[in-house]
Amino acid sequence: MSDQPVIRTRGLTRYFGARCVVRDLNLEVPRGCVFAFVGRNGSGKSTTIRMLLGLLRPDRGQASVLGCDSRQLTPEIRARIGYLTEEHQLYGWMTVREAGEFQAAFFPRWDEKIFRGVIGHFGLKPEARVKHLSRGMRAGLCLALTLAPDPELLILDDPALGLDPVARRSLVESMIYLTRRSDRTIFFSSHHLGDVERVADYLAVLDYSVLRVCCPLESFRDNVQEVQLRFAGAPPPLPAIPGFLQAIRSENQLRVTCVHYNGETEKVLRYLSPVSLELVPLSLEDAFISYLGERGEKSFILSDTEVSS
Amino acid sequence: MDLIININPGSSVPIYKQITEQVRLAAATGKLQVTDQLPSVRALAESLVVNPNTVARAYADLAREGLIETRPGRGVFVIHKRKVLAREEGRRRIEPLMNTLISEGLAMNFTPDELKEAFEKKLSQWKNEKGPKQ
Repeated sequence: MSDQPVIRTRGLTRYFGARCVVRDLNLEVPRGCVFAFVGRNGSGKSTTIRMLLGLLRPDRGQASVLGCDSRQLTPEIRARIGYLTEEHQLYGWMTVREAGEFQAAFFPRWDEKIFRGVIGHFGLKPEARVKHLSRGMRAGLCLALTLAPDPELLILDDPALGLDPVARRSLVESMIYLTRRSDRTIFFSSHHLGDVERVADYLAVLDYSVLRVCCPLESFRDNVQEVQLRFAGAPPPLPAIPGFLQAIRSENQLRVTCVHYNGETEKVLRYLSPVSLELVPLSLEDAFISYLGERGEKSFILSDTEVSS
Repeated sequence: MDLIININPGSSVPIYKQITEQVRLAAATGKLQVTDQLPSVRALAESLVVNPNTVARAYADLAREGLIETRPGRGVFVIHKRKVLAREEGRRRIEPLMNTLISEGLAMNFTPDELKEAFEKKLSQWKNEKGPKQ
């Protein structure tokens, strides 16, 4: 049972009118991991999440969460899922404590200690009125309301949106705290790759509705590399390079990023007879940006070992 | 023990490598001594605000090198300070310096022989005087 993926989609597809927002998505999220779901705005992340939770019907394909088809999630299953979205409904006239009591009534597994811990972590006073909270504090309250039912699966849709650096750090700390229970799974979307690098075990990248990366975070980094070539004069034009992503040329230098650099790639580059050829590691953000760049060919990193382009 | 680890997400060095490099450096420079205890995976992960699996991976790499050891129920300890490691690390660090020297030299139209000669001359000066000489 526990080897079963917590989230699993097969051919999940959704159109808005004629536009395909999620195309043929196959995703598996193992139990007990922190899974980052990234991609540019409008790439289909929120739509995917809403389909996972059964809030939106897929046009094709299927999704299951905690072993249950997303279209038929029972209240019992839903109680085991924590879902945090930007549009979290809060009543401004309530105090922080009342908001907690209100939410607790719906959850048999409500853990008051978690609730107090998280609001304390965000510097929230129980007697403060919700309407007087800053954006970061509201986010902290929403997180506390989501975490206190002790969900098995936490789905966070861009939880860092609009947070200041301090509140964002508190969010990341809370996520790391949650990994104390090794059977808890966190699935979150984010644009902050620094945060992703801190917390994520796995990375999935959605690009124009298509899943282009789904692998352990480190495999992605290992597979996207930059090669710096120096020449005596101006760099020659580039031949076809397997897994080519982008090239930046300067006076006597050529910086080439590509996927799955290997002996074959090196051979092609050596033909240009550079004075030197050096493999340079990339930051996660640089790797991400050149991977999603418009210039190169589209490539895919969809598991630990398999790379195609 | 005097170990302060700083990590920097967004660097081109993965976080687990930043941790291993800093522990190795601390061991090489004597900031970490044999029998010193390291924080647990969980404690270090929470203080650095990183995924515990990242710390676990760094510790596993260091354990494989024979630098640290996890004693169940007691903690993580520095067990060895190996010369061969420092050597390997040194090789890794000197490589890019050599590349820079050679590629800059060639780009300035020195021949490989000229470079070799200049390098050997410099090296013999260092050997005799134990310091840089113009």
